[in-house]
Amino acid sequence: MSPPGTSRSWGDRAPWVRGLRLPTQPLVRHLLLALCGAGLLYAITSSLSPYNDFEVGEIALYVIALAGLSLLTGSNGQISLGHGAFMAVGAYSAALLMTHTHLNFLIELVAAIGAAGLLGLVIGIPATRLKGPYLAGLTLLLALALPPIADKWSSTFGGDQGLTTTTPSAPGTINPEEWLAWIQIIGALITLVLLANLLRSRFGRSFRAVRDDEIAASLAGIHVARTKVIAFVISAACAGLAGAFLGLSTGVVNTGEFPLTLSIQLLAAMVLGGTGTLMGMWWGAILLVYLPQWSTSLSGDFSLGSGASAYLATIIFGVVLIVVMIAAPTGIQGGLRWAWRRLWSLRPGTGDGMSKISRPA
Amino acid sequence: MSLFVNVTLNGIANGMIFAALALALVLVFRATRIVNFAQGAMGMMTTFIASSLLGRGVGYWWAFLAVLVIGFVLGALVERVLIRPLQGKSELNPVIVTIGLLVVLEGIAGTIYGNSSRGFPAAYSQSGLTLGHTKIAFSHFDVFILVAVLVLMTATLVLFRATSLGLRMRASAFAGEISRLLGVRVGLLLTLGWALAGVAGSLSGLLVAPTSSFGPYYMDLVLVYAFTAAVIGGLESPVGALIGGLITGLSISYVGGYLGSGLQPLGALVLLMVALMARPEGIFARPPARRV
Amino acid sequence: MLEVQGLSVSYGAVEALKSVTFSARPGAITAILGANGAGKTTLLRTISGLVKPRAGAVRFAGEKLLGRAVEDIARRGVSHVPEGRGVISELTVEDNLRLATLWCMARRERQKAIEATFELFPRLRDFRRRHASTLSGGERQMLVLGRALISRPKLLLLDEPSLGLAPLVTAQLMALLRDHTQGTDLTVVLVEQNARSALSVSQDAVVLNLGEVVVSDEAAVIAADSGLRHHYLGF
Repeated sequence: MSPPGTSRSWGDRAPWVRGLRLPTQPLVRHLLLALCGAGLLYAITSSLSPYNDFEVGEIALYVIALAGLSLLTGSNGQISLGHGAFMAVGAYSAALLMTHTHLNFLIELVAAIGAAGLLGLVIGIPATRLKGPYLAGLTLLLALALPPIADKWSSTFGGDQGLTTTTPSAPGTINPEEWLAWIQIIGALITLVLLANLLRSRFGRSFRAVRDDEIAASLAGIHVARTKVIAFVISAACAGLAGAFLGLSTGVVNTGEFPLTLSIQLLAAMVLGGTGTLMGMWWGAILLVYLPQWSTSLSGDFSLGSGASAYLATIIFGVVLIVVMIAAPTGIQGGLRWAWRRLWSLRPGTGDGMSKISRPA
Repeated sequence: MSLFVNVTLNGIANGMIFAALALALVLVFRATRIVNFAQGAMGMMTTFIASSLLGRGVGYWWAFLAVLVIGFVLGALVERVLIRPLQGKSELNPVIVTIGLLVVLEGIAGTIYGNSSRGFPAAYSQSGLTLGHTKIAFSHFDVFILVAVLVLMTATLVLFRATSLGLRMRASAFAGEISRLLGVRVGLLLTLGWALAGVAGSLSGLLVAPTSSFGPYYMDLVLVYAFTAAVIGGLESPVGALIGGLITGLSISYVGGYLGSGLQPLGALVLLMVALMARPEGIFARPPARRV
Repeated sequence: MLEVQGLSVSYGAVEALKSVTFSARPGAITAILGANGAGKTTLLRTISGLVKPRAGAVRFAGEKLLGRAVEDIARRGVSHVPEGRGVISELTVEDNLRLATLWCMARRERQKAIEATFELFPRLRDFRRRHASTLSGGERQMLVLGRALISRPKLLLLDEPSLGLAPLVTAQLMALLRDHTQGTDLTVVLVEQNARSALSVSQDAVVLNLGEVVVSDEAAVIAADSGLRHHYLGF
């Protein structure tokens, strides 16, 4: 899932790659990568304990949210500080249906995606006219405005206790944790394949054209506002699915799951992983899932108070945002790509290696 | 009827606080074209320091003064260390960095001061004043808020309109390169803009603290309300910050009084969306000048 | 005395100035001529510190200018009127002038200097409290010239002052420039596309082409060389 524009001819690739004759059509390539990923993850989950499987599932669900955010911010240039709100909408929609109806599980997921996408439409339309800081402020306010609604109508939304979610039961002798993780992993892989294809398509080019220069894009015949809204809706829908999955992981959905810090942590994770990339979001999701644990042990090392570990995690997220933006704006995935390209051009026999070193994207 | 009066008075008092923080946002935006999303958290941090000082027995007014000074220094520091290196790079970078700063400050405050519920005393009595025979929802403290913010606004306007320092600051904000060619130390003045914003932010932190939950996140809502106020007034106008603050404060107060306090942020969201759709440049926008 | 030696400036891969060397003497106007893209504006911006060169030296009155901050160079008596004039539209005419006096004068002096500028440009006096955005092209040129001169500079850098001005106004401008420079120790470097009017008022001239100095000589000599004029200056 490399960004378009960097595709090289077969002649430049390594001999072993040429030998493999990988298909060049994007869809097939993405499906193959997804299958490999699935295989790898299967190997991982079957060898880990149920609790670790649970964590792998959490990583997968955050990848969904982060991929949508990365599309919105990296490919389309719109910033959102409110993706926690879209996750909340997805989570509550799914939980409401699970509590009050006996609809098919997939339908409940589709409802979550749809509800979040709808909110994305509501926010995305005014957002088309807003530049960076204004959109940031609007989405920040969204993140703060939505959760209290659930508190206000606590009878419907379960109040402090929240709503419980029900995961479909695992078939056969599979662990429930492993089963849930696999639901989430499949969701993540499907999302990644779809988004990767989208970014490679005409739509993806429109997204990037609008990001780079709105006037030029509209002169080229691209409907700028529609493109931006579509990006927003897709991004919100991804967050909605992730929210529904989060509700399954935690077993209960309440407003405490969706504070402002969630939206900011999503931003930090995306930035660290590599804004605009899809595969980079795995790094960001790992950060999201494991940082609370690391900071708990860190605060234990410093023998800070009991509540301190959450705040310590917050500090780290903030530092990540600042440091990555100043020192390495392309994130981990961008750094890896740059290192790969550099190594590649320095191999013997490629002529003047120095002249091939390109600047990081 | 008296509900309306009380809600209105409450709205005015809150609106003045939003105006103070909105003024900070305006000062920073005029100087460096950045919205400092950490402005509220900076005010929170300095107010926490005030709380520590009060805990150690420092007199209220000394702590108040000290905190304004610390706000000044903090503002200058943030501009120099974090914002200066980013000048000229993409539009998204400073937004994300100030969000990072917001979160770092909240984390630091939480780590140091913990979850212990602490209150913050008000400078004056917070019980309602009595007008005739009725008690109204406007206390001595609310009067203090009104006076303090008006003094801040007046001082800012006097600085900008009537002093040579203000002329230099305005010129630096309008035309940085030209001003440098005229011998103006633009960099220093941009830092000064942030420093003054730090003072305004500290003031708003001190004024909000007595009526809030006073945890590390207590300025989050105030910030977004102040942002709404600044957008309504136009991100470049101090007077606009005042007007926008009052509009926002009143709107929020009516929503809270008649629909319930949980819906106030939603009310602000609607207000912000309307403002951004109807007149994104704000009420007091400068007309775009002929640049020849 | 302004001395520029071996100045080289690049914007990324594009070389805007290639080892430019010339000097400008006090009490005289030195014209910098050449077609668009010759590097004239870049030259002035490098002298005033807005652009950092790759190599070379710039000295004025014996002191090194390169490497100093823009405002420090300005405070050494270097007034640069940039391309596009640089009127601060949001300020009044009077504030534009006052701004330039802040670093070098005390309050009483400032008002006197402002009044003296209005003597020099009587038209501006009528507009003193108006926002500079309301001024016409010629009035703006007067304003920025007045603003440049009010701090009593020793080196005046002018970038295409005649741009967009009617020929009569240009002639008046050039005459004013000449009167202001003769018999003083002011060094004037005048970048102009309108080579004819520039040569009529300058003592020395430097012709640039694609970033390189083609010829550096007395203005009269260059004006007399018709081959040179046709090839590089368009008349």
